[in-house]
Amino acid sequence: METTWLLPDLSDPTTAPFWEGCARGELLVQACASCGLHRMPPRPMCPRCRSLEIRWEPTSGRGRIWSFIVPHPPLLPAFAAVAPYNAIIVELEEDPLIRFAGNLVTGADGEINEIDPTTIVIGEPVQVVFHQIDDVSLPRWTRVVA
Amino acid sequence: MEGLVTPTLVKDQTAVVGIGQTKLGKGLPDTELSLACQAISLALDDAGIAPSEVDGLASFTLEPFREVDVSRSVGLGDITFFSQVGFGGGAGCGVVGHAAMAVATGQCETVVAWRARKRADASSRPWAQAAARLSDTAQWTRPFGIIRPVDEIAMLTRRYMHEYGGTRDHLANVAIAFRKHAARNPNSTMGHKPLTRDDYMNARWISEPLCLFDNCLETDGALAVVITSTERARDLRHPPALIHSFAQGIPPQHQTMTNYFTDDPLRGPAWTAAKRLWANADVTPADVQVAQLYDAFSPLIPLSLEGYGFCERGEGGPFTDNGNIEWPDGRLPVNTAGGGMSEAYVHGFNLVLEGVRQIRGTSTSQVEGAEVSLVTSGEGVPTSAILFTGAR
Repeated sequence: METTWLLPDLSDPTTAPFWEGCARGELLVQACASCGLHRMPPRPMCPRCRSLEIRWEPTSGRGRIWSFIVPHPPLLPAFAAVAPYNAIIVELEEDPLIRFAGNLVTGADGEINEIDPTTIVIGEPVQVVFHQIDDVSLPRWTRVVA
Repeated sequence: MEGLVTPTLVKDQTAVVGIGQTKLGKGLPDTELSLACQAISLALDDAGIAPSEVDGLASFTLEPFREVDVSRSVGLGDITFFSQVGFGGGAGCGVVGHAAMAVATGQCETVVAWRARKRADASSRPWAQAAARLSDTAQWTRPFGIIRPVDEIAMLTRRYMHEYGGTRDHLANVAIAFRKHAARNPNSTMGHKPLTRDDYMNARWISEPLCLFDNCLETDGALAVVITSTERARDLRHPPALIHSFAQGIPPQHQTMTNYFTDDPLRGPAWTAAKRLWANADVTPADVQVAQLYDAFSPLIPLSLEGYGFCERGEGGPFTDNGNIEWPDGRLPVNTAGGGMSEAYVHGFNLVLEGVRQIRGTSTSQVEGAEVSLVTSGEGVPTSAILFTGAR
């Protein structure tokens, strides 16, 4: 089933460093090496200073849920099989204007439908984990237990 | 408006003088090209203009055929202007606006603009056609199950509800108002089916917080309009719908549909288009008597009401209360033919035709004496908008 999951093309030079970071268990954010502006999704030029110089910075891997949805069928077969599931947008703790899409799971290898969606709250703290599908390591998120 | 230079080269110089549409529905046997040719032919007959007089074409980049195919079938003459606009549902007013600019600047004299689409069959939907690997911005959302347009807009809707206190009752107001309007429109695909608040609240989820009735109706069909100079329009058979103001909009850092990565994701392309639209117009939002607001999904209505300046930010939901967007007594009747949610979803081009009918006085939910009619294209994607006015 997981071979029909929707997965990124890892060969794009602009975005590959992000996915390579995930494969190493690191959530990276692209930053302008000239002015320091963070940008997500990655892009070739800095929209603030137009520099082409790029560096990839490690992040805390911690964030807060910015929004979430619960998709129901009709969906692609791989996703219909686990529907209804959750999908979330996370804002990064140290720079809330940097956001990532993901899923709230109980652990790196939990299914995306394991958490009762009625318990999900905008603003709740989450921590990144990485889930392997084929040759891709996808960032997903677990609740931070106080 | 402050800060914007507003020359009047285009204002009121052109008009929509012909409209045409095929049957709108599911499982139409004709190809998109055939449907486009039929709609264009009907629009030319409506205008009383011969195909040989057409010298400009404006269409969506998503058309599955080319301008030359249309020209060869309909029997058009020498074409000296042809233009396409991208981003699907954002393009409807854009193609009409490009036509207006081309006529106003002397690049051609008479343009046909159209949209033909066959999406009623579920297998034809782009999200259902899984690519091997995602190489564009889809790679940041689809691996996480944010797949369909409804998922993408549901994510913004949840945030909107959180920030501003919007409710499902507001979204139900939208769905119910448009269904009521569709019931008066014999060409609508859903007018025969009443929609109650209970129906809405008990409907199955598609992508929470959006349910079945928050979605538009994928439809087969084609619609076309004819644009020419206001001077020529005076001699034609219908009251012209003057293109008073036109704008497109892409805000800074915008990412189409999945606009979660900007500083202010809920301030969409409508805000950018609105700034230019009102700057170039002699009227204000308070002067608009009827509006066709792009409604692929119900939450685009509160977002558009805010973006185009009919209310303050966050007040788009309450704006829909008390029948405010319903014909005939609402403060601003919206989508008077039923819109994308209850008439037909043809990438919003049916909204353009209804905006014109309101100026002609021929809507099935006609706003008495309508002189200022707004039409908008897709919010959440690079967009466009037009203000139609009556000839003064």
